[in-house]
Amino acid sequence: MIFTALQDLWFGFGVALEPHNLMWCFVGVLVGNMVGVLPGMGPLATISILLPLTFGIKPVGAILMLGGVMYGAQYGGAICSILLNLPCHPPHAVTCLDGYPLTKQGKGGVALGLTVMASFVGASWGITEMIFLSPILVKVAMEFGAAEICSLMLLGLLAGSTLARGSPIKGVAMTVLGLLLGIVGTDVNSGVQRFTYGAMGLADGIELVALALGLFGIAEFMNSINQSTEINTTYSHVRLRDMRPSKAELKRSFFPMIRGTLAGSLCALIPGTGPTIASFVAYATEKKVSRTPERFGTGMIEGVVCPEAATHSSVQGDFIPTMSLGIPGDAVMALLLGALMIQGIVPGPQLISEHPDIFWGLVASFWIGNILLVLLNVPLIGIWVKLLSIPYKYLYPSALFFVCIGVYAANNDMFQVGETLIIGILGYVLLRLGFHPAPILLGFVLGPRFEENFRRALLLARGDIGTFVERPISAVFVALSVLLIAVQIYVRLGPYLRNGMKTKAARIAERSAAE
Amino acid sequence: MAHRLTFKRDYYAGGLIILFGLVAAIQGPEYSMGTLVRMGPGYMPTALGIILIALGLMIAGSALITPGGADEGFLPADPQWKGWACILAGPLLFVLCGQFGLLPGSFACVFVSALGDRTATWKSALILASVVSAFGVVLFSYFLQVPMPVLTWSIP
Repeated sequence: MIFTALQDLWFGFGVALEPHNLMWCFVGVLVGNMVGVLPGMGPLATISILLPLTFGIKPVGAILMLGGVMYGAQYGGAICSILLNLPCHPPHAVTCLDGYPLTKQGKGGVALGLTVMASFVGASWGITEMIFLSPILVKVAMEFGAAEICSLMLLGLLAGSTLARGSPIKGVAMTVLGLLLGIVGTDVNSGVQRFTYGAMGLADGIELVALALGLFGIAEFMNSINQSTEINTTYSHVRLRDMRPSKAELKRSFFPMIRGTLAGSLCALIPGTGPTIASFVAYATEKKVSRTPERFGTGMIEGVVCPEAATHSSVQGDFIPTMSLGIPGDAVMALLLGALMIQGIVPGPQLISEHPDIFWGLVASFWIGNILLVLLNVPLIGIWVKLLSIPYKYLYPSALFFVCIGVYAANNDMFQVGETLIIGILGYVLLRLGFHPAPILLGFVLGPRFEENFRRALLLARGDIGTFVERPISAVFVALSVLLIAVQIYVRLGPYLRNGMKTKAARIAERSAAE
Repeated sequence: MAHRLTFKRDYYAGGLIILFGLVAAIQGPEYSMGTLVRMGPGYMPTALGIILIALGLMIAGSALITPGGADEGFLPADPQWKGWACILAGPLLFVLCGQFGLLPGSFACVFVSALGDRTATWKSALILASVVSAFGVVLFSYFLQVPMPVLTWSIP
């Protein structure tokens, strides 16, 4: 078992080290890192903008590059939060707490150096996990029928929408909206055009690129225009030799790194809890474990290293369900899966055996990419710091142009640029109404497969909807989904109900006291 | 605390979701529902529409029982009408001016959207638009071979 995994990994390195694949991996991590540093650009927007450019490359190169963008952006985001106190990407919001005070004390370089190390440690563990866990998961999942796949998707969708940011009901509503948007276009079974309203451009469905760029491009720009505060770069002069940590600092951050890595990998295994939750959990644990919890927030190196290791270990771990089951945990993974589907590759448990070059190449490229990132980040830190000072007013018009040309180039169709514009307006309205649009993407990508498997499961069960709870594995997934909803209701509604009781009791007490 | 029936964001949030649900649930049955054994193309949209309506009711309903937050306005504290208009005009102009080629399309798109920033001037927007469209033409037309003419006078 272990031997075959190592043999496959060896094969993967062969794929990833092919010159053109290596080049795409390098381009991916470089662009990801660069854009991750830029305040106001997240991995979602970056991957969506680059997505159309990958249509011309072979599937392996495309996925290596997009994967590289994703974890490259995580490295970049850490720089932004430590040096500028700007949590550009949600997973790094915790890093600001102790990272920025360190920068103010003139130790920003050391914090960055240790962050790079922690990221590498976390990522390496996540990759190892992927190598050994994915084949096991695949073996189990190969036995799944349509009913099991359907219930598993239901669980994945529910977890992805309720455990993310914001209100869980709103998250579920966004996922269902995503499922509905996935239905637009020609139905594969009957050839009926659904919700196209006669528009030829919609016959093939809503374009993934248009949806992603509308929601995470245009809507985000509308949300952040003229909102940027003055960027304070007084502390952000970091030279290469500032980055070398002392022996004592290394020793201090060794165990936090390990703890963060473990926290991250645990979070990666629960679908829906991505890097953001992992980093928060890691920080909280580190504060509990520490002998001086009161000093957190004043520039503790542990408070930087631990969440960063957790973020990276969970980012890599998130690939496990995505690649081995075909069920993405968050919007970024959904986007990567969508990229594979555009290349004509069907996601699911059969992916690893049918396209071993993609899976093992990707795994191997993670390591190569992470080494590249360490090599890039150390000498280029000066350039990244300069990038930090690019004002938003130059950034968004340029990004908007990339959005337009990217959507156009996806199909050479101007109709899709208009589609993006409308989705962008809708996305902004949703943002203002307190929805987080990320789960839309999750539902959108899984939607067509969900419908297909749902139909097939009921066809096989002769229309008996009980099939989902009669088959044992499927019943487990359904039970987990119900449990998830029950816990959410308890956690969210519990305090309100108890408060309501209390205020009622208090009112009665007041009234009786007055009498 | 008495619940005043003032503006609450979640009423509108729920309303919007109900609206989406209604569209799907009314339009869905027109695509033939089929039976559970052999589902027609209309089954899934109708079912999702009904779920959306239920979720919308829950969102609006939970707003009834919870006290309002600090930020309940639909528009942000300082609405950026000009900024929004400029951002939305960008892709629109890309579509319109794009008929004459990549160069006018990209220039118009960047120039107008750049004007949306509070501190932008005609000059800064002009410079940015020139730089980005020159870069864009080199990258997309020459390197990535996007089949869009750089400049053309004929309207297709």
